[in-house]
Order: sequence, then C-alpha cells, then structure tokens
Amino acid sequence: MKKNRYSIFSLARNAVSYHRDWRAAWRSPDPAPSYDVIVVGGGGHGLATAYYLAAQHKVGRIAVLEKGWIGGGNTGRNTTIVRSNYLWDESAHLYEKSLQLWEGLSQELNFNVMFSQRGVMNLGHSLQDMRDIYRRSNANRLNGIDSEILNPAQIKAMVPAMNVSANARYPVLGASFQERGGVARHDAVAWGFARAADEHGVDIIQNCEVTGICRENGAVTGVETNRGTIKASKVAVVAAGHSSVLGDMAGLRMPIESHPLQALVSEPLKPVLDTVVMSNAVHGYVSQSDKGELVIGAGIDAYIGYGQRGSFSIIEGNVAAIVELFPIFSRVRMLRQWGGIVDVCPDACPIISKTSLKGLYFNCGWGTGGFKATPGSGWVFAHTVAHDEPHALNAAFNMERFTTGALIDEHGAAGVAH
Amino acid sequence: MLQIDCPWCGPRDQDEFQCGGEAHIVRPADPEALSDVQWADYLFNRANTKGAHAEQWCHSGGCRRWFNVVRDTVSYQIADVYLVGDSPPKENP
Amino acid sequence: MSGARRSPAGGLIDRSHSITFRFNGKEYSGHPGDTLASALLAQGIRLFGRSFKYHRPRGVVGAGAEEPNALVQLGEGAYSTPNLRATQIELYQGLTARTVNGWPSLAFDIGSINNWFARLLPAGFYYKTFMWPRSAWTHYERFIRRAAGLGVAPTAPDPDRYDKMHRHCDVLVAGGGPAGLLAALAAARAGARVILADEQSRFGGSLLYSDAKISGESALDWVNSTVDELRANSNVTLLPRSTVTGYYDHNFLVINERRTHHLGPGQADPRVSRERLWRVRACQVVLATGAIERPLVFEGNDVPGVMLCSAVSTYIRRYAVVPARRGAVFTNNDSGYQAAVDMAWAGMEVSAVVDLRPRPTGQAVESVEALGIPVYPGHVIVATRSNAKGLNQIELARLTDNGSDILSHKGLLDCQVLAISGGWSPTVHLHSQSGAKARFDDGLAGFVPGQSVQAERSAGSSAGTFDLAGCLGAGARAGVAAARASGWSGGHLDIPMTQAAQSGSIQACWEVPSTELGPTGAKKFLDFQNDTTVADVQLAVREGYRSIEHVKRYTALGFGTDQGKLGNINGMAVLADALGQTLNETGTTTFRPNYTPVTFGAIAGRAIGEDRFDPIRKTAVHPWHVRQGAKFENVGQWKRPWYYPRHGEDMHTAVNRECAATRQGVGVLDASTLGKIDIKGPDAAEFLNRLYTNRWDKLQSGRCRYGFMLGEDGMIMDDGVTTCLEPGHYLMTTTTGGAAAVMGWMERWLQTEWPQLKVFLTSVTDHWSVMSVAGPRSRQLLEGLGCDFDLGGAAFPFMSMREGSVAGIRARVSRISFSGELAFEVSVDANSGLALWEAVMEAGHRFDITPYGTEAMHVLRAEKGYVIVGQDTDGSVTPLDLGMQWIVSETKDFIGKRSLARSDTARDNRKQLVGLLTKDPAYVLPEGAQLVNAPSESRPVPMMGHVSSSYFSANLMRSIALALVKGGASRMGNTVYAQLMDGTIVPAVITSSVFLDPENERQRQEAA
Repeated sequence: MKKNRYSIFSLARNAVSYHRDWRAAWRSPDPAPSYDVIVVGGGGHGLATAYYLAAQHKVGRIAVLEKGWIGGGNTGRNTTIVRSNYLWDESAHLYEKSLQLWEGLSQELNFNVMFSQRGVMNLGHSLQDMRDIYRRSNANRLNGIDSEILNPAQIKAMVPAMNVSANARYPVLGASFQERGGVARHDAVAWGFARAADEHGVDIIQNCEVTGICRENGAVTGVETNRGTIKASKVAVVAAGHSSVLGDMAGLRMPIESHPLQALVSEPLKPVLDTVVMSNAVHGYVSQSDKGELVIGAGIDAYIGYGQRGSFSIIEGNVAAIVELFPIFSRVRMLRQWGGIVDVCPDACPIISKTSLKGLYFNCGWGTGGFKATPGSGWVFAHTVAHDEPHALNAAFNMERFTTGALIDEHGAAGVAH
Repeated sequence: MLQIDCPWCGPRDQDEFQCGGEAHIVRPADPEALSDVQWADYLFNRANTKGAHAEQWCHSGGCRRWFNVVRDTVSYQIADVYLVGDSPPKENP
Repeated sequence: MSGARRSPAGGLIDRSHSITFRFNGKEYSGHPGDTLASALLAQGIRLFGRSFKYHRPRGVVGAGAEEPNALVQLGEGAYSTPNLRATQIELYQGLTARTVNGWPSLAFDIGSINNWFARLLPAGFYYKTFMWPRSAWTHYERFIRRAAGLGVAPTAPDPDRYDKMHRHCDVLVAGGGPAGLLAALAAARAGARVILADEQSRFGGSLLYSDAKISGESALDWVNSTVDELRANSNVTLLPRSTVTGYYDHNFLVINERRTHHLGPGQADPRVSRERLWRVRACQVVLATGAIERPLVFEGNDVPGVMLCSAVSTYIRRYAVVPARRGAVFTNNDSGYQAAVDMAWAGMEVSAVVDLRPRPTGQAVESVEALGIPVYPGHVIVATRSNAKGLNQIELARLTDNGSDILSHKGLLDCQVLAISGGWSPTVHLHSQSGAKARFDDGLAGFVPGQSVQAERSAGSSAGTFDLAGCLGAGARAGVAAARASGWSGGHLDIPMTQAAQSGSIQACWEVPSTELGPTGAKKFLDFQNDTTVADVQLAVREGYRSIEHVKRYTALGFGTDQGKLGNINGMAVLADALGQTLNETGTTTFRPNYTPVTFGAIAGRAIGEDRFDPIRKTAVHPWHVRQGAKFENVGQWKRPWYYPRHGEDMHTAVNRECAATRQGVGVLDASTLGKIDIKGPDAAEFLNRLYTNRWDKLQSGRCRYGFMLGEDGMIMDDGVTTCLEPGHYLMTTTTGGAAAVMGWMERWLQTEWPQLKVFLTSVTDHWSVMSVAGPRSRQLLEGLGCDFDLGGAAFPFMSMREGSVAGIRARVSRISFSGELAFEVSVDANSGLALWEAVMEAGHRFDITPYGTEAMHVLRAEKGYVIVGQDTDGSVTPLDLGMQWIVSETKDFIGKRSLARSDTARDNRKQLVGLLTKDPAYVLPEGAQLVNAPSESRPVPMMGHVSSSYFSANLMRSIALALVKGGASRMGNTVYAQLMDGTIVPAVITSSVFLDPENERQRQEAA
C-alpha cells in the first residue's frame, strides 16, 4: 500500500489534520552524477516516458530534466482534446493505443486526470469534407476505432447551440463523431505522471536546463546542464517547441519548424456545450471546460516563433469562426488568450525514433495535436529507449521516412485542427 | 502583430504578408546527382533557428514581391530587410 | 439594517432624473450616473452573489474592473449577457439583472452546503478523488459542471452588431486619470496625433472621487477643462468607455470600445454598433493605467461589507452613496485615512482606523485624528462577524512589536462597512503584455514596470507614483517624451499645482496573523471569486507545487474573470513566504491579453454571416443560374451550379438527365471559375518546363496541352490545360480551388529561385467568362451561332485554340474536353459572359441544349477516368500512381522530379488509380468507402485503398467508381470488397479507370 495514496478516505483522514500531513506529490532532488536514462523535457510526454520506463521496463535510474516547471510547455497550454479517429493506419493505431491508456489513466496513476469521454465531433462543410469524413470513419471502424457519421439534424440534437442552417456561408453538411473521444485536465496529466514516476524512483529535476549533449565516438555520454554535467548512456529528448535547439546540440538537422499556436477561453458559463466540436473549413475547435469556460483553439502562425505568442489576427479569424458556428456565443466574452510553441513536421506526424547517434532518441514533431497522445507517446517511446528498438506502433514514425518518402501524410485527416 | 517594412511599399501590417520560411535555401542545380539523404536535407530539414532568423516574406496583399527579413524568433523584432539575391547582413559583433 | 442611504447632495449623479430597474426580480431606482452597484448599495443591498466553490455570500469589494464578486446576468432573451460586473454597468431605464451564482435564491443557496464540507475540499481535492469506479467521473462531472460556471449563454443569436477601426497614431495614452490626461494634453499640444482611451464613462480616473484641488480649482473642474481642450483638438481622438485590452508585438494595441451598453438593449441608433474594436498601431504608448488597491488578508475578509478603501471613497464621493451607518478602516498605508475622512464627510460614524503600522505619522493621520476618529496603530483586525445582511462586527487585536504575532485581543467593534487597504498594485498588465518584465519594489510593496522592450512608458500610479502632484508631473513628462519620440517637439505645458498630500510609507503585510496558533478552519481569502485561501497556497507548497505557475493552476488563484487583479500579488507573497523567497525570486506570472474580457462579437467584427464570413465569388453568368433554380455547390470561395433540377426533380434524376443530354446532344457548363494565369516572356516555355512534369518547349502557337504540377515532394499539386497563344505567351488554367496557390507558387519560384528567367505573370481568372459547350451537337450549335473561323476537325483539331468572333463577341475557343465529348470551350470578356451564355442558350434551343452543373461534370469525367485533383488525389499521389507515366518527362528536370526516385515513392505496389465495377450494377459505392481483400469481423481489417469517386452512370446504365488501390495497376480483374460503415459488404471488380470510349474517338471527332 502506497503511503500517499489518494482517495476519498485519505482526503477525509487528512481533513482531520487540516491537510497538514500531505506529502509532496514528487520530490525535488538534486541531480545525481549519472543515470541510466535521462529524459530531457518535463512535459506530459517526457514524464509519461519516464513513468513507463520505470514502471514497465524496470529501468533503474531515470532523471527527467525540465528547464522550467513541469507541464509548463504545451502540456499546460493546449485545448486538451483527446481522440483517435485518424485516417492512416499508422496514426490510428498509435492514437488508439493512447486512447486506451487514457481510459484507465486516473486509476493507473491514482490521480484524477478528469478524462471526460464526452465525444468529439468533426464537422464537414463541403462535399469533399463529407467524402473525407466517410473515408476516415470507415477506416476507423475497420481499425477497431469507434466512429459515427451524423447528419445536420443529429448534430443539432446534440449541440443545440450550433447553427446548422443551410443558408450559412459554409453550411454544416454532416460530421464524424467519436464517442470515446473527449477532453482531460491538462495539468493533472503532467502532475499525475510526475507523481507516479516519482513513486517509482524517477528523479524529477526542475529548473535544470540542458545546454549541451555530450557524445563520444558516435554515442551519447550525457548532457551538460546549468546544474553541471550529468552522465547517461541513453538520452531521450521530448522537448516540444525546442526539438531543433536540442537537435542542434547533437549536430542533427531536423525536419521541424517551431510555430506559435494560440488558444483562448471565454468567461465561465453554465453548461451549454456537451461535446467537443472541431471544424477545419470554418476554422475553429471548441469545448467547454468543467469550470464552464469555452476552450477554443486557434490556428498556427505561418512564421517560426519561440515567443509563446502569436498574432492577434489569428485570434480574430478564429473567434469569427466560432461566432459563425455558434451565433449565441456572440455576447459571451473572451477572458484570456495564450500561446505555445509547436514542432511541426512536414507530414504533420511525429518523430518517435532512434537517431544516427547511439543512445540518443527523439520524440517530437507532434504539431498541434500532441496532448491526446501523451500516454501513448510515453508508452512507445519508453519501449524504444528501453529496447533500443521501436515498438511496432511507432516503427513508421522514424526519421528515415523523410529520406525514403514514406511519409504518413495526415494533412487530410488531421488538417490543422486537433 | 508584426509590422514589416516592405522594401517597395514601406511599413505595412503583417496581415498583408505571407511568410515563406527559411531564406537562402538554394534549389540544387542537379537534383539527380544528389543522394536521397542529400535531397531530403534540401526538401525537409530546416535550421529552425531560435534567435536571428533569415526568412522569406511576400507582400502578397500589396506588391506581391518576395524579399528577405532577419527576424528574431524569440522577440519577433525585425533587424533587417533586404532583397532576394542579396546576402544576409553581417551580424553586428 | 446597514443604514445605507443616498447623501442629500453631491456626487456625479443626475438627481433630477430617476431610473427604475430590476435586480433579482425586485424593482429599485437610481439616477443617471449610477452604476448598478452604486444604485443597489444606496438602497442597502449588500449581498451580490455567491462564491464559486464554497458558495459563500459575497458583496461588492471594488468599484470598477477589479471587482471579483458582483457578477450579474444582464438583460433578457437575445440581449442577455453573462458575467458583467455590477460595478461597471451604467444604469439605464428598465435594466434587469440577476446574480449569476446562487440557486434557488441568493439568500438561501443550496450550494453553500459546500461551505460545511469545506474541509473535505482543499485545493486540488478533485485530483485526489472521483476515481472509482472507472465510469464514475462522467457522473461526478455532470454534477460539477452544473455547480460550476457563472452566467448563462444567451439562447438566441445576437441582435446587435460590431465593427472595427484601424488606426495609426503618434501617441496612444491608455488611461484618462490625472497622469493620462496630462500625457495626452502634452502630446497633443506638441502636435502629435493622440488617442486617449479610458475604460470608464468619463475621464478623470481617481479624480472622480477626489477632494483635491488642482491649479486652484476642484479636481472635477480641472478634468472638465482639460477634456474640453483635448476634445477641441482635431488631432486627438477621445475614447471613453474604451479599454485597452491587449498589447501585442510592434506596438499593436487593441482597444475595446463599448458604444451602446449604457443605453440599454435596443435603445441605440440601429446604425451604431454595440462595440467597436480599435486595432491601433501606435508610434509611442503612454501607459497611465493607474493602480489597483489590494485587500488585506485576514480571517473573514470576504464578508459582504468589507470593501476596498478606494471603493468606499468612490461610492461616497462619486455616487453620493452612504454605504452604511457605521464604518471602520483597516489599513497598512495612508490610503485608508482618506476613506475615513470621506466616511466622516458623508456623515457616517467611523469606529476606528486600524493601522498595522506601529507609528503612523503625517498629514493623513492628523486629519483623521482631527475628526475625532480613534486610530489604532500597531493593530489588526483578526476576524469579522456577520449576520444575514453582511458584516456587523470586527474583532480588533494588537500586534507584537515586530508585527508577526497577535499580542492581545482588544474586543469587538460595530460596523457594517470595513474599508481595507493593503497598499496599491500598479496596473502593469499592459506593460507586461508588451513583453517587459515587472519588478518588485520593496519600498512600494508592489510590482512596478521594468525595462521597456517596446516603445512604451508608464506614468503615474501605474509606474508606482501614488501622489497626485507626482502623477501630474509624470504624466506631463511622459506626454512630452512620447511626442518627441514620435517626431513632435513643440508645445508648452505648465504642470498644474496641487496641494494634495504626499503619500506616506507602507508596511507590507501579506497575511494578517491568526488569532490562535494553528488552523482554525476560518478562511483568509486571497482570490474571492475562486475561493482561494492562504491555506490553499500553503497546502500547494507542501505538496510540491512550488512554482507560481503550479500554485496558480493547483489552487485556481487568479483564474477568475477578474484574473486576479485583487488577489494575485497577495497570493504570490504568501507563496514567497512559504518558500522563504523574495517576491522577485517567486516572480510574477506573465499577464496575457485581455486586460478585461472582450465580447466575442467585437473580436469577430463584421466578418460573420452568410455574406461576410468569407467573400463569395460569383461568375458573370450567376444571375442566369439563379433564375434557372440551380442548386449551388461551394468550391473554394466560388458558388458553382451543382445541378439544375427541373419540375421537382431530385438530384439523381437531374444529373442523369444532364449527363445523357451532354453525351447525346449538347450540354453547356459554366467553367469560368477555373484559375487562369497569363504567362508572358521569352523564358515562358522554359519556366513551364520546370513547373510541369511534361515538356513545353515544342508546343506551338494555338495548341493546348494538359499538365501536372508537383510539389517538390513529388506529389500532385494541381493540374490544368495551358495554351500557347503565341511564342513566349501562354494562358494557363488551374483548378478552381487551387488558383491563388498556384499563382503564388509560380511567383515565388520566379522571384526567389529563378530571377534570371524573363517571365511575367498576370492572374486573369476574373477577366474571362468561360463556357464549355460539349456533346455531339456542339459543333453544329456553334456554327449556327456564327463563328468567323472554321470549326471543322481538320482546320481546328483537338487540343487547339482559335481566336475569333462567336455570336459577334470576341472569343478564344479551345477544343479541350473534360467530358470526353466533342467540346468547345469558349472564353469571352467577362462583361460579355452573360450575353454569350444567353446567345448560346438561344441558339441551342433547337438542340434541346442542357445546362449541366458540377455533379454531371464529375460523372462525365469519371466515365472517362479523368481525375479531379483534391478528390482522386490527396497530397500523397504521384502522376505515376495515376498510371500517367506518359506525362512525366524523362529528359528534363522539373519541380518534384527527384522525389519520384526515392525508394518509397518509386515502389511499385503503391496505391494506384483503378476503376471499380460493383458486382451489382445498380449499387453506387459511397465515396470514401474503404476496400479490403477479405471482409472480416475481427479488427483491424487490412485496408487496400479507398473509393475516391463514385457515381451512377446514366450513359453506361450502371455504377462506376474510381479508387486508389494498393498495387491496383497489376490487379486488373481482381475482386475487392467495400466493407462499409453500416456493415454492408460490396464486392467490386478492379478494372481500367476509363469506362467509356478508351480510344477517345468522341472528343477528337477530327473527321467531322
């Protein structure tokens, strides 16, 4: 029995002592001189990687190095949509593995990540959209992934706030619907993985910035940090937004560009939207948080940006799309906006791969849609690092595909909206 | 919201422009002579610089001319604007 | 009773008029000039809402944008607006409002049961429970969602409209208090173009509730004369009721102007937008955004009746509200004394000024003591007592000499209003949004602006200058400096004199010591709206959430609609204390737009609705299509006729009729939407050679050729027919949706990669009206119409173009065919398009000419196996995948060629274009259907490809489909199965993708 187990009973017990006896969710150790595996990046993906390395692959000494605070990058800045209804087999299987992990994640981590399977709706606004929706939904079914196709009347019944009028500029013609999709509490995912990894002995070291990757004879030997050199024979980089910067330290050129991606929330409202709604053509995606805010994802800026902020005009276009789809939201007010840095690959698919340097692994390029993959990404990456071989689920997501041309082109299925 | 100094039209709002990404990537003269790895490097790999970044912009809502910009990808401040075919200005030490 | 009332005189309200309004169903009255909050306070209403988590009763704390508690749902029906602050709502006749939280009623709130269980609900409790059973979260969540949220979304579309202004200015001044007014005046006198924006209904800021004199006149008179001068200056734009909400890169700022809120729903001139969003590019910015008073953090500091000192003064002086019979002050700085003076001035009994500082001295203290108000130096308030109406007693205690503990209790004092001041936080939000980093100033006990990174400067209390004389001077200096930096150095301004008191010292206090050792369960609130307490922050630290960002996210500190304007600094200080850090080490979180919430409608502006969400492009013939009752399809931004139903035909019947007519007689298609690019210059042919996969250098004048354009990755990007008009002059056509992208693509290659090529491009899409006259009778029709050139096959062969006159109109006529029929594509000046179309219809009458739409076009081309880029290709298809090796030149380089040789791209079992014939000829496969070799119930089923196009062919009297199938080119005659969404399994045989006239005899018709 873990001493720090969370439950209604431990909550009641601690209430008696005025919550003075809760232990830290994770330790804050100083870095050891060496580890078996160093995970660079304390976002959801990195922490999940460390957790599965420890819990599943029984790797002994693991450190997660985070330059700021854990979960402070894209994990804490996204719109928390989880789904697996991808077109291509490679993506579908990877994201479905992740979705299955999501379904038991709160229990596995003993931390409520508030995974809410309220369904994800992808709207179609043109005949080609509807062809693509049938193609993707049909493929999802054959891959064992739930998917429905809804007509406008069915959409209206589920989302009364939506304008499904045929007179709209781009009328809603239909939608795919994945009932098992939904949203989760983003911060909790980072914290839950951190706490569970910590219980397995993983050292989570915040405010520790990697400044160099040490190598000898074509193999990795450790990392330089602002807190000294730390040795390791395996270094797993999961530093979304800064993958190129870290690649550069190892002399690797990457097929990656880092772009600003913005999101925004409204003031809290009583429940008015019970599913996640996504539209590529009328560009916007929206869900309602448990607190009542409309959580709205915007598009990426076309320029490279490491500034965690984007252009106001992107927000304007995005809000116009939301008001166009949901005219009753016009008088609702936008509370706050923010930006993240997303690594974008040419084929809008991630790299989860060994590199030309022995012992160096990269997990990057998730573009605008990495949150949903958090547990799955960690799970396959841990396998890849532990075995020095990719798992079947991530074999296609290698770096060589950019040379051979075996891209997994998800532009059609993933588009921009995640 | 950048303001970009188009070399032909003067300072204009970012909304009038289109960003073309990294500048000075030269198309290989003889692609057939390249290995798959070399071709992939031209096709996909990018410097993705954090800091001063030379990039192409087009005044697509104006004169429709392409030109180069050196922009800091963290502060978004624009250090230089220069014509296609010109070399990037030397960094000030 | 609290004893609240309206003072007999004074204030900026119009007593000559009364306004009636309803709050929570009851009728009240107020005056023009009131806010909803001031009008209610004047009538003794103290309970304004319930808190988010514990549903504790809450009253008004502030008097403006910082208000965390008094949130209301304003208006009814389509005008209903959630979450507005009562402190900012200007009263209008007939106003209706209700509190946003509190069910079934404000006084008896079932949710307040949470308060009793509060100990089970520490910060982050939800992360620790609701996990079992696995399915349970869905049920818990439903309850949590219903309990959370604030107001409700309107139930009908917004009847109001919104618009935008785009402005450049020399100096933008944010905030129209003393510093902002002087900054604007100084800049304006220097000649600068100035925008002055203030969030309130009138300029003046803190002067609106000040008894100070400026240049010998009352503060208000000084404000009025200053505003008059600014208004008279044509270089100055005055924006009241306008909040600078966002500060973006390169000095781009967004101002949200509320134009009609104060008039009430439906009362404004319908031509006036409800709100306007100003998009301003400012040369220089002066931030005179003021400061926000901080609450003190002590037990029971959230009881209705506990208000900021500045708010109490505002209600008394600006709104002539006597908020209670008896008040008291609790402060750690001089500001509190002014509230005591104001309360006494309004005729209230003032029980005490409780001052944390052991030895407060100076003018402020003396003026209070002169009024006979007891001052308790070195004392604190350690608890509050309340009844159903709110505060009625405060508990006084004496601090130890070092201020860290309670020395002794001093008993209870009666009061219904407690004015509190924990010091002032400069409003550094916009400064921080601009990219700068605020720093903590120990002397001022607040964050002040740091180094500017954009062209902005702060002045007045937003820069930490808290005395009036200082603010006036700083404002003037900032205005002069900003004007000079934007090129204006003239003008003259004397800094007005004021005799207002200097502000004294402050003794920082982030948490008032508790009455007993150890926690008692009573709460010291940091964030009123989110019910975040000191204990929550301390718990977060114990649990390892040590970064300010973690603490905020774990405790929800600052995540309310007020975004922590009152609570954040106190919360940060409590955190710093728990961590043993300085406030500068703990740091501040980054302020992000918006400063205060902005209506979505204002951000969307006018870019919504059928007409304006996206431009609509229509061809010159569009009115004719509409008259014929065509159904339209959106193709890119274009409206294209989809089909032309006759007499109640359904789509299927109409399309079959259109297809048959075109194959058997003559049909006509409006093809004007195809992209058209005029390419001219000596190197045009060479340029086309590089763009297209096939060769162009041998194409002769008057001849047409079909081409594929690839991305550099080898994948098909666009296709179309290009005609050589004369040597060095070509006309390219592109897909309808791809036109702009192709134009941009070509320009980019020419300018950035091949500037030595002499080629000029002009987009001529809109210049031409194009109609495709197709079918065996098409030649006869055109001959009948009158052409001044030979239409015969020998003189005018397939894939050639002639210029001449058709029906008396100058035209280019091309023998190109996307239908597979004998066809003539006639292009005329767009202005003549409708005339020609009507002439064609007239001449075609005797052939029973049939207009056909995009659906029939799709069927006809599919019968011929012609692909549509974007439907039969998806960005992962090469020309070789389409079986079109013939179009890929071996003898030259072109964009994308090298990629075709990569191992995966050159592989021979890629997905390839094939035809599919269902075993049941009547069954039309759904487009998008997935194909498998062996249908199976188990999952996953390996998929071989998918159906990209599928139709019933009236000409072949059966269904046909195009599909991309793995290794399809070598699987002719094989059976594959479509395993559909509904479980249906449809066998189909792989065939050639050309279903009709594989020899192309129909479209050539050279002999005729």
